[in-house]
Amino acid sequence: MPDKTGSERLAVRKTYKLFIGGAFPRSESGRSYVVTDAKDRFVANASRASRKDARDAVSAARKAFPGWSGRTAYNRGQILYRVAEMLEGRRDQFVAELRQTGLSKSQAAAEADAAVDRWVWYAGWADKITAVAGSANPVSGPFFNFSTPEPTGVVAVVAPDSPLLGLVSVVAPVIVSGNTAVVVASEPAPLPAITLAEVLATSDLPGGVVNVLTGHRAELAPWLADHMDVNAVDLTGAAPGDVPDLEERAAGNLKRVLRPDGAAWTAEPGTARLTAFLETKTVWHPVGV
Amino acid sequence: MSTETLSGAAELRAQLHGLPGVDRVGAEERAARLATRSIKTTAKAAAIDLAISMVDLTTLEGADTAGKVRALCAKAAHPDPADASVPRVAAVCVYSDLVGVAVRALEGTGIGVASVATSFPSGRAPLEAKLADTRAAVAAGAAEIDMVIDRGAFLSGDYTKVFEEIVAVKETCGDAHLKVILETGELATLDNVRRASWLAMRAGADFIKTSTGKVSPAATLPVTLVMLEAVRDFRAATGRQVGVKPAGGIRTTKDAIKYLVLVNETAGPDWLTPEWFRLGASSVLNDLLMQRRKLATGVYSGPDYFTLD
Repeated sequence: MPDKTGSERLAVRKTYKLFIGGAFPRSESGRSYVVTDAKDRFVANASRASRKDARDAVSAARKAFPGWSGRTAYNRGQILYRVAEMLEGRRDQFVAELRQTGLSKSQAAAEADAAVDRWVWYAGWADKITAVAGSANPVSGPFFNFSTPEPTGVVAVVAPDSPLLGLVSVVAPVIVSGNTAVVVASEPAPLPAITLAEVLATSDLPGGVVNVLTGHRAELAPWLADHMDVNAVDLTGAAPGDVPDLEERAAGNLKRVLRPDGAAWTAEPGTARLTAFLETKTVWHPVGV
Repeated sequence: MSTETLSGAAELRAQLHGLPGVDRVGAEERAARLATRSIKTTAKAAAIDLAISMVDLTTLEGADTAGKVRALCAKAAHPDPADASVPRVAAVCVYSDLVGVAVRALEGTGIGVASVATSFPSGRAPLEAKLADTRAAVAAGAAEIDMVIDRGAFLSGDYTKVFEEIVAVKETCGDAHLKVILETGELATLDNVRRASWLAMRAGADFIKTSTGKVSPAATLPVTLVMLEAVRDFRAATGRQVGVKPAGGIRTTKDAIKYLVLVNETAGPDWLTPEWFRLGASSVLNDLLMQRRKLATGVYSGPDYFTLD
């Protein structure tokens, strides 16, 4: 393409890959699928992840879980703020990718801003959720009795089609409390998810805490819902017809399930998504010991 | 030293140095090529069961207790308590002072107890101490002895010393099988691996074993390839079959199956039984069980459903 000086410059096109364990591998299957813009024009080839990529992503998430959940809530909050800083720095790229999905310039800018704000909002919850969701319980006996929320483990997230705000709104509440995530990105608009992965890879988030798969949801979601080493599934982005089957599969090892609720992504999020992936640990401690 | 020993030493050295050199690049290429074989469905199921039956379930920590050894023995006899069709492992491998515990725990299961001996893992002790260690293990009921060679002597060219030590330990073993650990991670070159293999086999080893698991790198595919070629050539030359045991660093089913392919393509199917090929490992067993359950149920399994060792 001729630039301002009129000389020919070779286009440097980007290869969109998966994000597993902090690395950017291609799908082990070697497959890809075509991503088009709102007017059906070719935008890019995205990796089409296979069940084995999903398996690898779950292993990576499991490996990252003890380290990530063992960090102090304060430290996790700081890392999420750092992610927000990096998101802000990539704002132009996100706006360009959102415009390809059919948003106008101002809509795309508003969505990118809302996504950063949403991430910051969830980051702030890192060291507050314990105080809100936990409690010191009065008991009839000489004991201190505490209930504290603990992360549930590896969470498989089927992300919604809102390519950035929706994605951020499902990923941030999962990881802020110490869970690790395997995210199946939006099928028609996976590019912002890969850009988000690049942000995560460069912002002190340990590898494996978030793993991003692009590809066909109907192909990947059943394997994740079946997987015995996954502790919870967020079905927000699953096709309504697939939800009952996925719930049935998830019952195989009693996974926590978050059903799609259809709420608008711009609405006030509340703490429901945070608490959906927490479990309560209650400790009895004798008074005076 | 008599002239006869001297000429024996010279002959040994001449033979070991007369072995053809190993083409390192070629060995790595061959091992990597064989590692790309795709083993699926029924073949994979058969390979997993074969690999489980070849495992020498091992615990070699300073912190080992009688309780831990008993737990390991229970796992050896019934690797997956939920599924009786899982084969038992080949042997349990422990330190020599815990052999008695393992023998009692495995009574009636048909699983042998292997014991490391000869001041494992360094091998740095007087010969009398090594022999006493071996005698104690055999007396306690060990069916297999895993000895380490004196790498210092080997690397400084004192092959006779290494040879005579192996012969002495073999004599002390009596009926117990002798596995000779070459500790290939310390031998530096594949040429040395080939020489050490021949040295151990000439001295009477029933098995040659790659490593102690305490030195990195432990077992690798190229090293095992060279050792498998050595046992193949040794049988062709002398008619005596010697087993091979890679140990350490084998953690996944994929790794285990790569070794099985290597055995089949290098030494041949004669070695593809627990009698002639073993996998020294502990963590690989859980992965084999998880893969086995994945094949049976069609659902990926998780480590929560198998024992912690």
